[in-house]
Amino acid sequence: MKQPKGPGEKRQILTRRSLVLGGAMGGVMTILGWRMRQLGVKQSDQFRLLAEENRINIRLIPPTRGLIFDRRGMALAYNEPVYKIDMVREQAKDPEAVLRRLADLIPLSNEDIDKALATMRKRRAFVPVTVAQDLDWSHIAAVSANAPALPGISPELGHYRIYPYAEDFAHILGRVGPVSDYDLKKINDKDPLLLIPRFQIGKTGVENKLDRRLRGEAGEKRIEVNAIGRVMRVLSREEPKAGANLQVTIDNRLQKFALKRIEGQSAAVVVMDVKNGDLVALASAPGYDPNMFVRGISVDNWNALNTDKYKPLLNKTVTGLYPPGSTYKMVSALAALEGGFIKPEEKIYCGGYVEVYGNRFHCWRRGGHGKIDLKNSLKQSCDVYYYELAQRIGVENMSAMARKLGIGVEHDLALPGVREGVAPTKEWKRTRKKKDWVVGDTLNAAIGQGYVLASPMQLAVMTARIASGTKISPRLLNAVDDRPQPVIGREPLDIKPESLDQVRRGMFAVVNEPGGTARRSRLKIKGMKMAGKTGTSQVRFITKEERARGVIRNKDLPWERRDHALFVAFAPYDNPRFAISVVVEHGGGGSKAAAPIAKDVMSFALELEEMNYKKPETIRTGIQATNRTQKADKA
Amino acid sequence: MSYLDYNLKTAPTGLSKILYFNWGLALLLAAVSCAGFLMLYSVAGGDMERWARPQVIRFAMGMGAMVVIGFVPLYVWREMSVIAYGFTLLLLIAVPIVGSTSMGAQRWIDLGFMRLQPSELMKVTLVMMLARYYDWLDVRKISRPLWVIIPVVLTLVPTFLVLKQPDLGTALLLVAGAGVVMFVAGVSWLYFGAAITVIVLLVTAVIQTQGTEYQLLKDYQYKRIEIFLDPSSDPLGSGYNITQAQIALGSGGVSGRGFMQGTQSRLNFLPEKHTDFIFTTLAEEFGFVGGMILLTLYGLILLFCISSALSNRDRFGALLTMGVAATFFFYFSVNMSMVMGLAPVVGVPLPLVSYGGSAMLVLLAAFGLVQSAHIHRPR
Repeated sequence: MKQPKGPGEKRQILTRRSLVLGGAMGGVMTILGWRMRQLGVKQSDQFRLLAEENRINIRLIPPTRGLIFDRRGMALAYNEPVYKIDMVREQAKDPEAVLRRLADLIPLSNEDIDKALATMRKRRAFVPVTVAQDLDWSHIAAVSANAPALPGISPELGHYRIYPYAEDFAHILGRVGPVSDYDLKKINDKDPLLLIPRFQIGKTGVENKLDRRLRGEAGEKRIEVNAIGRVMRVLSREEPKAGANLQVTIDNRLQKFALKRIEGQSAAVVVMDVKNGDLVALASAPGYDPNMFVRGISVDNWNALNTDKYKPLLNKTVTGLYPPGSTYKMVSALAALEGGFIKPEEKIYCGGYVEVYGNRFHCWRRGGHGKIDLKNSLKQSCDVYYYELAQRIGVENMSAMARKLGIGVEHDLALPGVREGVAPTKEWKRTRKKKDWVVGDTLNAAIGQGYVLASPMQLAVMTARIASGTKISPRLLNAVDDRPQPVIGREPLDIKPESLDQVRRGMFAVVNEPGGTARRSRLKIKGMKMAGKTGTSQVRFITKEERARGVIRNKDLPWERRDHALFVAFAPYDNPRFAISVVVEHGGGGSKAAAPIAKDVMSFALELEEMNYKKPETIRTGIQATNRTQKADKA
Repeated sequence: MSYLDYNLKTAPTGLSKILYFNWGLALLLAAVSCAGFLMLYSVAGGDMERWARPQVIRFAMGMGAMVVIGFVPLYVWREMSVIAYGFTLLLLIAVPIVGSTSMGAQRWIDLGFMRLQPSELMKVTLVMMLARYYDWLDVRKISRPLWVIIPVVLTLVPTFLVLKQPDLGTALLLVAGAGVVMFVAGVSWLYFGAAITVIVLLVTAVIQTQGTEYQLLKDYQYKRIEIFLDPSSDPLGSGYNITQAQIALGSGGVSGRGFMQGTQSRLNFLPEKHTDFIFTTLAEEFGFVGGMILLTLYGLILLFCISSALSNRDRFGALLTMGVAATFFFYFSVNMSMVMGLAPVVGVPLPLVSYGGSAMLVLLAAFGLVQSAHIHRPR
């Protein structure tokens, strides 16, 4: 250890050590300067970016959802402003006193107040908390008038989707509801709007299928926020783009009439314009009130809708598939005529049944029809005639004809869940049922039983194509934001007009000639004739024993085992305008249960058509309009 | 040496002391303080009343104190050293008993007209005490263990009291300031070597024992060390301060975003923006250039002090000057290292710039002692 010897050396040490210390300080300051340069110069861009990210917050402005109108411009779905009241705690000073004062002006229970206070305590003082919602204008007016006594209270505007026709359009329009995690996974949509909590998206129907166009595009507000998220100022604002307004081809009067006509049954009615494919009515009963869902449906109501055996949530017109029964005989007849397997005047003997490979195939009339030609086979709906045709033409020709007429093919409609139906082929049975096709299958297919399945909408399309001789396709969307949507399928079908004519004549006989299965349902309008075809499709297998004892009548069977009643028709016969299909689930015979409905709806459709050229006062409305509809019409 | 050795003939007297006053140092201090006023005005969002005006008033009081203290002959301070140290120590002991709590730490004694922070005062009186001690101590005894233990105890007693408050930053400054006085006075290198070795071993032991049964620190203390080493591991919790501070520093770039234009501080992303983290606002608004100017000003203050100490043949005066300079140096270097992510966050303000009454007054008073040593140096 070196010892300082005297004052001189002591002085030296102090100087030396001070210089060492000064050097060390200089070194540390160099490091500080270097670090400053590293942060401020070298990595500056990166930090500048981070600072901007800190500062700028993007808030979405939700667009207003597009409206939906019927073909005459009546609003079917619109947005009703709904008022709610928000409260900011820090502006209120004494939130409880303010809420008590508020309770004198609007309905606000003590529990509501306690709940609001609890929520506010949990949030930061400047965050608005909704204290009341579902208010009407008078409440808002009262609150606004008393604004000085209610610091921190602000009325806010929101929107509810309103369906003024309620049940009438439940299946067509569907409904909106808050977006769920399940929706997000399913639709795989990157739209930032979907991330807004409880953002309303279309859940079913047109609302669902055309959700993207109805939704519109989000606006954007870039706001500067501070560290705790308080908004300091708005930097820029981009307005949202409202959703497209849609017009559907449905006529709300006919839709309402059709639904009223099938009320209480599980049934579907489709009315289609033969000339342009417009679906003028698309009625599925029973319905439900979509407005229930918008404000949140109760568990009881939801369970009731789900367990109802009439399936009110199902859109039977496009999603329900039924064996078309005898309404399919037009397909078989056209296939036979086109393939040259039969001449219209050729007569086939019906003895009540035929035997093929040891199996008996029965006609609906036990005694048989005797010798019968094409027109009468349709008019009396002879089954044996078609068993004979089936064996001549084969299933492939039949199914090709069915697809030509719109059964077993997909129709592009503005609705979700539009089903393809089945026009079976040998290949189809092999891949789907893992079984080989047998002749009996062909026989069953010829009378629209067995594997054949069609939706009511497809039956209407089939009828419209037979009536018009064109490839007309169904259309539900008339216009998007006033841009008309194209008509598809004006070109003629590749079926010989004579063949179509033979079948049309048969259909005319069904309704208008004595002995026709739907003679009682002929039109009572002067100069207008309807042509149609009844159908009764079995949903059960009739055993030999039952046949021997006598087939049990429908009304003696439980509802689920009764036959489906079907009827298809077009009118007027000489200049077809509308095609109609009616399916009454388990309704019994087509001539009794379905044809009268078709007659009434068709009459009303033709009346409305005529009325479009007359003054409104002269209209005889088929049905008393309810108060709700009148109100909606005014709105 | 005692005051009797003073060459009274050459020492300036009366108002002529003004001529010998270290005007350069005073101007530099004023310049740094002005930068402080500017920043306090800016972080308050253009509000003079909030922080800037009280700071100006304290600065004026501090400058007055500096002049008064500077004019008092140095021997007075030399004689008062022991008393001042003892008095401050008593105040430190009194803090837990009569002190008031602020932000979870007990540091203040309310004197009615001002709130006194004895730990701040201790930074100066400890330096005075040690300078006095080495001025008195026989040179040959300096490095003898017994005579080394005495200043170590004189340092560790107040350090322990400050740590109890708890105030880690001030405790570190006390140890560092005392260490510098001992170093400059000529205590053998071996002691410093040994002290540094012990500290290194201790740190290693602390880190090595983490996660074992014998770990030396509490879990949350380890967490703090981890966050210092990697602030991004906890960007919204404790690491938030460091991350946001660095964002502010970096986003300033070369020339800064302009006066009152710093988004990080204006929008409250910065923590403690008017006290410990004020340098980040300065760097954000005036950039690299602004930061370097402040650093240069600090460097010049050190340079003035060291050159004054070197030219001072009075041992007490030189040691006192070096001690004050070193304390000042540790102040700003620890603060800057901390906000720039080079050191863990310990509460040390930026001298003369950060908002704070005690620190400002005590620092200017300490520079008053430096002035006194400068004016009354033997010629």
